[in-house]
Order: sequence, then structure tokens, then C-alpha cells
Amino acid sequence: MRFLLDAEQRAFADSLDGLLSSADTPSVVRDWSRGDHTSGRALWSRIAAAGVFTLAIPEAYEGVGPLPVELAVAFVELGRHAVPGPLVETVAAAVLLTESADPGPAKRLLPRLASGEAMATLAPPGSYALDGDAADLRLVLTADGLRLAPDHGPVRPSLDPARRLTALPPSGELLVAEPPFVRALRWARLATAAQALGVGLALLDRTVAYVGQRTQFGVPIGSFQAVKHRLADAKIALEFARPLLFGAAFTMTERDVAAAKVAACEAAYATARTALQLHGAIGYTAEYDLSLWLTKSRALLGAWGSPDECRAAVLHGVSGDGRRS
Amino acid sequence: MDLTHSPADEAFRAEARDWLAGHVPASPLPSLETAEGFAAHRAWEARLAADRWSVVSWPAEYGGRDAGLLRWLLFEEEYYAAGAPGRVSQNGISLLAPTLFDHGTQEQRARVLPPMAGGEVVWAQAWSEPEAGSDLASLTSRAVRTDGGWRLSGQKTWSSRAAFADRAFGLFRSEPDTPKPHQGLTYLMFDLRAPGVTVRPIGRLDGRPAFAELFLDEVFVPDEDVIGEPGQGWRVAMSTAGNERGLTLRSPGRFLASADRLFALWQERGSPASARDRVADALIGARAYELFAYAGASRFLDGESLGPESSLNKVFWSEYDITLHETALELLGSEGELADTGWSEGYVFSLAGPIYAGTNEIQRDIIAERLLGLPKGRR
Repeated sequence: MRFLLDAEQRAFADSLDGLLSSADTPSVVRDWSRGDHTSGRALWSRIAAAGVFTLAIPEAYEGVGPLPVELAVAFVELGRHAVPGPLVETVAAAVLLTESADPGPAKRLLPRLASGEAMATLAPPGSYALDGDAADLRLVLTADGLRLAPDHGPVRPSLDPARRLTALPPSGELLVAEPPFVRALRWARLATAAQALGVGLALLDRTVAYVGQRTQFGVPIGSFQAVKHRLADAKIALEFARPLLFGAAFTMTERDVAAAKVAACEAAYATARTALQLHGAIGYTAEYDLSLWLTKSRALLGAWGSPDECRAAVLHGVSGDGRRS
Repeated sequence: MDLTHSPADEAFRAEARDWLAGHVPASPLPSLETAEGFAAHRAWEARLAADRWSVVSWPAEYGGRDAGLLRWLLFEEEYYAAGAPGRVSQNGISLLAPTLFDHGTQEQRARVLPPMAGGEVVWAQAWSEPEAGSDLASLTSRAVRTDGGWRLSGQKTWSSRAAFADRAFGLFRSEPDTPKPHQGLTYLMFDLRAPGVTVRPIGRLDGRPAFAELFLDEVFVPDEDVIGEPGQGWRVAMSTAGNERGLTLRSPGRFLASADRLFALWQERGSPASARDRVADALIGARAYELFAYAGASRFLDGESLGPESSLNKVFWSEYDITLHETALELLGSEGELADTGWSEGYVFSLAGPIYAGTNEIQRDIIAERLLGLPKGRR
């Protein structure tokens, strides 16, 4: 038992952090929100070159996976830097294609996802696909399986301007007759939880920096106990979501992943509320960069399993015999 | 990253599980906050000690099993899962004993620890004073030098277990004129039945004497009962305070077991939808606390000290404990009001969590200033 990231995993996080810190992600997010995907595509290629999309893909299809712990490490960094695009969807699509009985579609499509040449999106049953206008592969789950949709419906804005939602037609080439949706959902929830944790950590860091500089009544507002205690609560929520995330990445049980999704998304959202309150009116503006994380925290809360659905999965996963294995 | 336990650790866990299955009393002991219950719990400590299960993390020479932190966590998980009794010796085992291991003499360890392990001597804590809550630096009870020892005078309060316990440990001001309030304190052990000691039990919310006031009038304590250097009590006590806020007082095993019992209660009561989210959150919280503990244990085993992180722990477990018990009482409906269910006593006990071991307000200040780096300010 050594429940800590190893040196290699920490170095992977650091190198992604370095890459993203130098990439001016706020400008990329703003371009993406306007439907200009050029800078986002360039960033996507660099993220792919760092190996992020190989982590969910087995070696047989030019990946290095499945490596869920490393994936969680990567997605925390993507969230911390508010990277836009169908990141979680590309991972979920890869998992769906991997488990097909007919290896044809996997051989054809997965190497393109692993290399970053293609980005995928995926419409869960009865829902929108993220960034269908930007994605190269639009996967749709229909009654008879997983299909490659030929086009997408009109773009509808999300409350997170960086997330552009599109309906997909339930038509196109049938790729997988019985796709492993439950397994893909687990990976999507894990990646979303990791992304949310990163969003929450960024919101906390930025707010701590702000309240240390902003003065009122002649002193930094960060010296007020009411301010400190809100930030302490945010810190507690995020620090207890973190082990749930990595524990879930290690076990990949439905129950652990659902618990991580609830805890990380709710901690990030609570941190967003605190961040907004402590920034005051400047935090409520679109021009100030804090908004890039604020809106995302709310969107991730509902993505790939609402807190309600995830809590149901947690309860469903308990044996009820009063003893854990 | 690894959450699997070694075969040797799993064998240790299995041995504990088997022993507990054969020895845990079939029906719950009476509340340890009563004379009868205290005696029953003392006898349980002796039973545990007889097979070296009372202090598994201690060295064998003092009755332990030399179990590392990880095995201690596994033992605690099994202990609470088995529904074993609360630990009447906990103050001594988790607060005084680590202090003796760090700062005590060989003679003190040999004299104090074995009877503590066997429940023959139950220890009370004597930290708080009427005018000093979480601000231990403002203590005023005195220790005055005398032939061969010290004379203690003053008043201690909120002394957990003192109503029925044998001995106590705490800080006393031995140098009244130091420039800073946390200097000049001495850490001492004393006998609750010594001449000059008056113990006045205090009823907690349910009326049971879970703590007491101690009035000390020229109580003699021999030099051999000073822990560490005279005047250095603050430094000595701080290692103990970290233990109290950290894992040793509230092991994850306790909450894992409580969350499982809450889940079972919820199912028994027909899985009412109104409580569903809180039951799920209790399960999630217990798992979070367990994994947080494993991460902390891993860092500890790597040689890191945990320091202010124990404040994260303290706020989390104390609030978690209350929420969990509130949910149970709600599920019990009108029975939840009955004072003699295990859940209701647990509820009353949980209410004190955010107050003792350093209030949660103090812990949040520590988190904000020492973990987040925010500026000190007016409280």
C-alpha cells in the first residue's frame, strides 16, 4: 500500500502544467467560445503529443493504456488550465471503440484519437454532444448501437461559453452493435471528476491570491476571519475529493468513480461560489478570467451523471453486509 | 499508487478479525460515562490487553504488537466493523502515550504504559482551564518548585473521563514571568486521588458525567512525573495536540463502520427517499476519510510530518460525525428521540466534536494561514 502518486506521475503532471501555463489558455478559451477553433486545435495537438489521449487506448491501437490514474493526473491539469474542447468525450469514445467485437472501427479510428489527429465527441442517449462543430468524429448512441453521425445539429450555447452543445442525428455508419456504455461512462465520470478537481483547485488558488492583494478597511481582505473560513472550507472539500479521485482511478469500481464525481464536482462548485463571493463584482464579469472556471464548474456538475445519478450509483454499489472487502 | 495490502498485512487484519469475532461482547456495554459502564469498559480493556490487542501500535515490551500505522488503520477498521466497545483508555493511549514515546524517559514509559495498556490506570486529560479554551497559551494553573517535585494549584475544566479516571496529564505554568505566554509551561502527570485534588463531575448535554472540573490545591507531584524539560511543556504538548486532531483520535475505521450501519438502518426503514442523499454522502464521506488517511499514512511512511494537515482532518471528521448521526436520528423517527439508543448517545457525543481538540474556528484559521498562506489578522 502506497497511496501516493509516484515520481513519474508527478513529473507528468508538472510537464503538462508547464505546457499549459505557457499556452495562454484564457485566449484559447475565448477563441473557442466564439467558434474559432484554430488555437484550440493547436493546443489539442500539443496535449496529444504529451500523450494524454493514449492513456485510455490499449497498445494494440497505438495507445499506452488503459492507465486511469495517469488519465486522472492529466485531467486535473486540463481542468486547472480550463482547457476547452471535447476532452472527456474523446476519452469516452475511445473506450467505446476499444471494446467492440469487430476490431475494424477501432483499428481505423483509435490511432487517430491517440495521436490527436482527430477529436471525437459523443452524445449520451437523449443528450447533446459537446463541440459537435469542432469534432472530427461524432459518435451517437442509438437504440441499435454506436453510430458515426454524418453531421451535427445547430450549435446551442452552454452556460459555460466554452462548451458548445450540438444534437447529433441518430444515423450514420453503425460502428459497434453493443457498445460498452457502462464502462465508457465510468471513464467519462472519472475524467470529469478530475477536470472538476482541477477547476476547483484553480479557483481556490486564484481566490487566495486575490484576497491577499485586495484591500478594504485598510487591510487585505484575506486577513478577515469570515474570508479565511470560507476558503478553509473550500480547501477541506477539495482535499477530501482528491483521494476519492485517485482511489477511484485505482479501483475503477462504479461506486468509487461515482463517489469521486459527486465529491469533486460539488467541491469545485462550492469553491466557485466562494470564489465569486470573495472576488465581488469583478468576478461576475465575463472579461475577468475567473469566469472561465466559474461557469465550467457548474457545467461539469451535471455532465456525465448528475450528483443525483452518482449518489444512486454509490448506494447501488454497497453490499449492505456491513463489511468491505 | 497502490491500495492493495501486503499478504502479511492482510494476515494481521484476519487475525484481528478472528479475535474480535470471538470476543466482542454480544450486547453493547453500558455507557462508559456511567460508573457501571466505566468499570465494564475497563474490564474490556483488560481483555483486549490480555491478548495484546489494546495497543497494537506500541512496542511489544509495553504490551503492543509493533504494528505500523498501516496495520493500526486495518486493526481499527476491523475493531469498529465488529461493533466492539468504545475505548475508555483512549485519552491515555492516543494522547499521553505518543507524548511519552517522544519526550518521556525510559523509566516513565516502563512505569506508565503497561498499566495504561491494561486499563488498570485510566487517564483523563487536563488541558482546558476556565479562561483558556482553545488558547492553551493563556493557561494560569501553577506548578511551583518544592523539595523533590512540584506543587500544583489552580483549576482545570472540561477534563474528559476525569469523573471516573485514575490519573491526569496537563500543562501548568511553572515560570510566571516569561515574555511570551507559551513559554514557561511544564507538562506533568498527576494522581486524581492525591491530597489536594477535588474532582467535580460535569454532566454533558444528556446529564452524564463525561467530563469534570478539577480543583488543585498544593497537589504534590514528584519530579519523575514531569514529561520533558520543565518550562518546555508547550513544545511537548504540541506533538500531542497534533495527534488529537489527526488520525489517532478518530480513525477511519470508526466512520466506515458507522456509515455501513447507517446504510443498513436506511434499508431497514424502507430506504426512504428523503434521506437518500445524506446516506449516500455518509458513504462517500467515510470513503474519502479512509483514502485521505491512506494518503497521509503513505506520506508519513515516506518520512514526512503531517503538521497543519491534521486541521483538515479535524474539521472534516467532526462535522461528518454530526451529520451522520443527525441522519440516523431522522431515520429512526420517533425512536430517534429515545436517549438510550446507541445512535442518540453517539449524536450527543458528536456535538462536542467541533468544540474540543481545538475549536473548528481555530482549525480553519490554521488551514487559512498555514496551508493557504493568508495573512494573520484580527480574529
